[in-house]
Amino acid sequence: MSRHRVEVLIRPRPGLLDPEGKAIHHALASLGFQGVEEVRGGKSVSLEVEAKDPAEARERAEEMCRKLLANPVMEDYEIQMAGDDVPEGA
Amino acid sequence: MRHQERSGAEGAGPATGTETGRGEAPEPRPGDPEITPEVVDEHGLSPDEYDRVVEILGRTPTFTELGVFSAMWSEHCGYKNSKRLLRLLPTEAPWVIQGPGENAGVIDIGEGLALAFKIESHNHPSAVEPYQGAATGVGGILRDVFTMGARPVAVLNSLRFGDLDSGRVRYLFAGVVKGIGDYGNCVGIPNIGGEVHFDRGYEGNPLVNAMCLGLMKREDLIRGEAEGVGNVLMAVGARTGRDGIHGATFASEELSEDSEASRPQVQVGDPFTEKLLLEASLELIRSGHIVGIQDMGAAGLTSSASEMAGRSGSGVELDTARVPVREPGMTPYEILLSESQERMLVVAKKGREPQVREILERWELEAKAIGAVTDDGAFRVLEEGRVVADIPALPLTEGCPTYEREGVESPEVIGLRETDLTPYVDKETDLEEAFLELLSSPNIGSKRWIYEQYDTTVRTQTVVRPGGSAGVIRVRGTRKGIAATTDCNGRYTYLSPRRGAMIAVAEAARNLVCVGALPTAVTNNLNFGNPLKPEIYFQLREAVLGMAEACRLFETPVTGGNVSLYNETNGKAVYPTPVVGMVGVLEDIHRVTTHHFQEEGDVIVLLGGETHGALGGSEWLYVRHGQVAGDPPEVDLLEERRLQHGVLALIERGIVRSALDCSEGGLACALATAAVGEGEAPLGVDAEVEGKAGPVGLLFGEDQGRVLVSCRPGDEGELHRMAKNHGIAARRLGTVGGPRGMFTVRAGTAATADSIRVPVDEVAQVFFDAIPHRMKVVEASRPSSAST
Amino acid sequence: MKISVITFPGSNCDYDCYKALRDVVGVDAEFRWHKDRELGGADAVILPGGFSYGDYLRAGSIARFSPIMEKVVEFAADGGPVLGICNGFQILCEAGLLPGALLRNEGLTFQSHDVHLRVENAETLFTSGYQKGQVLRMPIAHGEGNYHADTETLSRLEGDGRIVFRYVNAEGETTPWANPNGSAHHIAGILNEPGNVLGMMPHPERAVEEILGSTDGLGIFTSLVEHLSATAPAPS
Repeated sequence: MSRHRVEVLIRPRPGLLDPEGKAIHHALASLGFQGVEEVRGGKSVSLEVEAKDPAEARERAEEMCRKLLANPVMEDYEIQMAGDDVPEGA
Repeated sequence: MRHQERSGAEGAGPATGTETGRGEAPEPRPGDPEITPEVVDEHGLSPDEYDRVVEILGRTPTFTELGVFSAMWSEHCGYKNSKRLLRLLPTEAPWVIQGPGENAGVIDIGEGLALAFKIESHNHPSAVEPYQGAATGVGGILRDVFTMGARPVAVLNSLRFGDLDSGRVRYLFAGVVKGIGDYGNCVGIPNIGGEVHFDRGYEGNPLVNAMCLGLMKREDLIRGEAEGVGNVLMAVGARTGRDGIHGATFASEELSEDSEASRPQVQVGDPFTEKLLLEASLELIRSGHIVGIQDMGAAGLTSSASEMAGRSGSGVELDTARVPVREPGMTPYEILLSESQERMLVVAKKGREPQVREILERWELEAKAIGAVTDDGAFRVLEEGRVVADIPALPLTEGCPTYEREGVESPEVIGLRETDLTPYVDKETDLEEAFLELLSSPNIGSKRWIYEQYDTTVRTQTVVRPGGSAGVIRVRGTRKGIAATTDCNGRYTYLSPRRGAMIAVAEAARNLVCVGALPTAVTNNLNFGNPLKPEIYFQLREAVLGMAEACRLFETPVTGGNVSLYNETNGKAVYPTPVVGMVGVLEDIHRVTTHHFQEEGDVIVLLGGETHGALGGSEWLYVRHGQVAGDPPEVDLLEERRLQHGVLALIERGIVRSALDCSEGGLACALATAAVGEGEAPLGVDAEVEGKAGPVGLLFGEDQGRVLVSCRPGDEGELHRMAKNHGIAARRLGTVGGPRGMFTVRAGTAATADSIRVPVDEVAQVFFDAIPHRMKVVEASRPSSAST
Repeated sequence: MKISVITFPGSNCDYDCYKALRDVVGVDAEFRWHKDRELGGADAVILPGGFSYGDYLRAGSIARFSPIMEKVVEFAADGGPVLGICNGFQILCEAGLLPGALLRNEGLTFQSHDVHLRVENAETLFTSGYQKGQVLRMPIAHGEGNYHADTETLSRLEGDGRIVFRYVNAEGETTPWANPNGSAHHIAGILNEPGNVLGMMPHPERAVEEILGSTDGLGIFTSLVEHLSATAPAPS
C-alpha cells in the first residue's frame, strides 16, 4: 500500500445554469478583460488515498465522487492523478 | 461579449402577425419526431384529450404544438382533476381585490394599501435535488408576487418530510432548508414562519410549499395581461436553457425509481439575478411603459405568453429565434417549454421598448423583443419567421378538459379511523417520560435549527419572528401589522379528510388571533396523491369541501393557490395535505401578543372548549406507539369562531399577556412551549389540568378550540368577565413560575401527585435539542443511493 | 449633513440603513448607486449588508471593483467616516480598507439570530454614545462572518484598541457558545488604524426601534451624527 495524491475537479454539468460563472464573467468584462468566451465555476478537492496502485486509488476516488464529492444530478467530476506516489510521512 | 445566440434575430422588427404567420397551417419541422400514439402518451395526454386537440386545431398538431398542449393541459397548469372542486371554495369578499386566476391573490388592507400573497409547491423538484428544488420554489413564489406590482415583504414555508432517523430524509431536509435560506437570504426577504412535520407518510416524497406576501399601493396593481395590438412581447432576465423542460408535466406524474433517470435537467436558481429582476420589475411597473408582466414559471414561455393572451382575449405571436438562449441548437419545442429560472415576459407599450431596455440595463439585465400582441386570438409561434405552432389561445388556456372522478374512501383508512385507542392509553405508564419524548419530537420541539438559517429580520419590519404562533410584520407608515401562518395536520386529513381540512383552516385562524390579528384571507396548497385513484380523489373532494365550509364560516376567502397532485413514490401517496396559508391584519401593531409566558406570578388560563382527550391521529400516539389511527379531534366551527372573537377582544383590551394555540402534543406541550419561550429565560409552571378524560388525554389530547393564555393576577377577574361576555369558557390552570423554576403539571382534580415535574431548564434543553440532536449526522446521501 | 448609503447590485440592507438614518435618527441620507462616480458631498458613507453580486466568488470580491469604490477609498483616505455592515464589512476587507478577511462560519451554516456584543472601545467616532464594557443586543444574519487575520495583525488590533465589538453572552463574557461564527478573538467589529473606518458583522440598523426588539444599535448612528456635527464636513 502507498499513498497517492488525487485531484478531483467538480464542475456544474454542461448546459446547467452556473450563476457564479455568470457573475464572474460579468465582473471580468466590466474590469476590461474582453474576449473571455465562457466562465464556469467549480471546486477542487485534493485527496491523499491509500491504495496499492494508482489504478486502485483512482477507483476509490471515483467511488467517493459518486457517493459524496459530486452531486450527479448537477455536477460532473474529473479525476486527476498527481502521478508520483507520496512518500510515507510526507 | 459574445453570447450563445442565434444571429440576425435582433435586427428584425417585432413580429406583428399581420404579414407573417397568420392563416398558414404550420408544417412539420424537420427533425421533429412524428406524432404517434406513443408520442402522445409520453406527453401525458389521453386519447380523448388528443382528439380534443385535433378538434381545436382542425388538424394534426405539430410536435411543438403537442408539447404546448401537453404542458398547458397538465395537472400543474390545467388543473384538470381539481378545477371542478376548486369552484366550491369561497373566493369573494368586499376586501378581495384579486381572486384566483392571477399570479397571486390581492386583498385591500386599508389606507390605500394592498397585500398580494400566494403559496406554491415545489415538491417534485425538491425530491430530486432538494437544494435547488427548494431554492427555485422560493424564487417562483417571489416572482408571482412582484409581478402583481407588490414588493415581497415576507416568506413562509410549509414543509413535510419522512422521519429524521432516515439518512435520506436528513439529506433532503438539510438540503431543502439550506436552499430556502440561501435564496431568500440573498434576495433579502425575511422568513417569518411556517411549519414542518415529520412523518413516515412523507418518506420519499417531501412536500415543499413556499408562501410569499407582498405589499403595494393599490394603484400599482398590474395584471398578467397582453393587451393592445402591436404592443411588444419582451423576454426579460436570465437566458433560456434546457432546464426543467417539461417540468410541469413531470410535476404531474408520480415519482418512481426511473424518474431519477428520466428527470429533466435540474433548474438552478440564481437569487442574485432574482433580486435585480425584482427591483427592475417594480420599477418597470411604476414607469407606465408596460401593460403586463408575468413570470415564466411552470411551462415557461408557453404558459406565460398564452395565459396573458387568453386573459385579455387578444392573441400573441412570437419568434423563438429571438429568445436569448444559453445553449446553441435549442428547438422551438425546448425554448417554449424550458423552465429556466429568473425570467419574465413583459408586454411593453408599442414604441416604449427603448425605455424598458434602459430600466433593465440599469439593473444589468437583458430584455429582448420576441414578439407582439395581435388581435386574432391565436397563440402563434415562429422560428425565424416560419410558423411552428398556431393555436387558438382561449381553448388552449381555458379548454383543458376537466374531470370529476370517482371518489371512494379507502377501507384501510376507515379501519384505522375506527381503531379503539384504549389499549394504547392503558399501556401508557410513565407520563413524564411520555412528555419528554413528545417534547423531543421534531414535530413538537423547537424549529430553531431551521429558522436560524433564514434571515428573519432584514427589511426591519419583523415584529414576531418564526417560532411563535404566526409571523408578524409591521406596515411602515401605518399603525397596522400583517400576520401570516401556514397550517395543516396531514394525519388528521388522512384519517378524516373533511374534518382535517376544517381543522387546518380553524388552526390557521386560531394562530392568527393568538398574535392579535383578524383572519382575513387564505391561499391554499393542495398536496395529494394520484387523483385517478378513487381513494385519493375522495380525499381531495372531501378536503376541498371541508376547507370551503370553514373558510366560508371564518370569512376568509381563498384568493388563489396551487394544486400539487401525484405526490406518490412507488405507488404510495403522501398524506392528503391541504395546506392553508392564511393572512390576517392587526389594526394596532403595538397590541401584538406573543406565545411565551411573560412574568412570574402571572395566571395561566385555558380559553375555549373542554379537554375531552382527543388522541386520534395525535403526536402522542405516533411517538409512543408508532400509530396513525383513531378519529381526529372534533371541530365545532361556530365555537371556534366565538373563541377567536373572544381572544381578539382580550388582546385588544390588553388583558392577555401571552396566547398560544393548544393543539399538537396537547396541553402539556403547549404549557412547555409557552414556558420556555425563545429559550433565553424559561419560566417555571405550576398547573393543574382538569376534565373528563384520563391523564393521558388531559395532558396530550389534541382537542380543538383551545387557546392557552396568561394574564397579570390583577386582570384575572376582568379576563373571566370578558370571556363570559363572549360566551367562552375560561379555566384557571395555575401560575407562571420563576426563572430556573420547576415545570409541574397535575392531570385531573383527584391527582395528588404531580404527573410531570421537571426543571424548566431541562424542559428547554429537550425542546431546543429536538432537531439538532437528530441532525448531527447528515450523510450526503445521493438520489441514486437508497435510504440508509 | 448627509450620509450616503451605497447600493450595489445585490445589496439588501440599503433601504434599512436609509430608513434608520432618516426616520429614526433624523438625518439626511441618500442612496448612491455602485456605478456613480461621485459621493455627492456626503459627510459619511455606509456600505450596507446584502449579497453584492450574489456573494459569488467571495463575498465582497466583485463589489470592491465597482466605480463608486474608488471614491469610497479616497474618501476614507481623507479621513471620511465609513461604516461597513455585514456584506459592507466584507467589501471593506476585500478593498483593503480593513485588514483580514471574513471566512465561512465555523458551523458552516447561515446564522440568523440576536447576539450580544460588548463595546470594547467607546472612544471611537462610531461608539462615543456607549460605555466601555456595555453589552448590546442586535441581530446577525450571515454565512461568512468568521473574522480571520494573521497573529501579528490580531495582536496589533488588540494593542491599538481597534477591536470595537466582541461577541459575548448576555452577561458580557466571551464564551465559545457566544461566538456565532468562530471569529478570531470573538471579533464582531474592527476599526482601521486612523479610526475612521468601522466594519462589523451584526446589524445595528435592525436594532433601532422598540417594536423590532432592541434599540441598542441606535448608538452607532447617533455617535456618528454627533461626530459629524462637531467637526467640519469631511472632504469629498
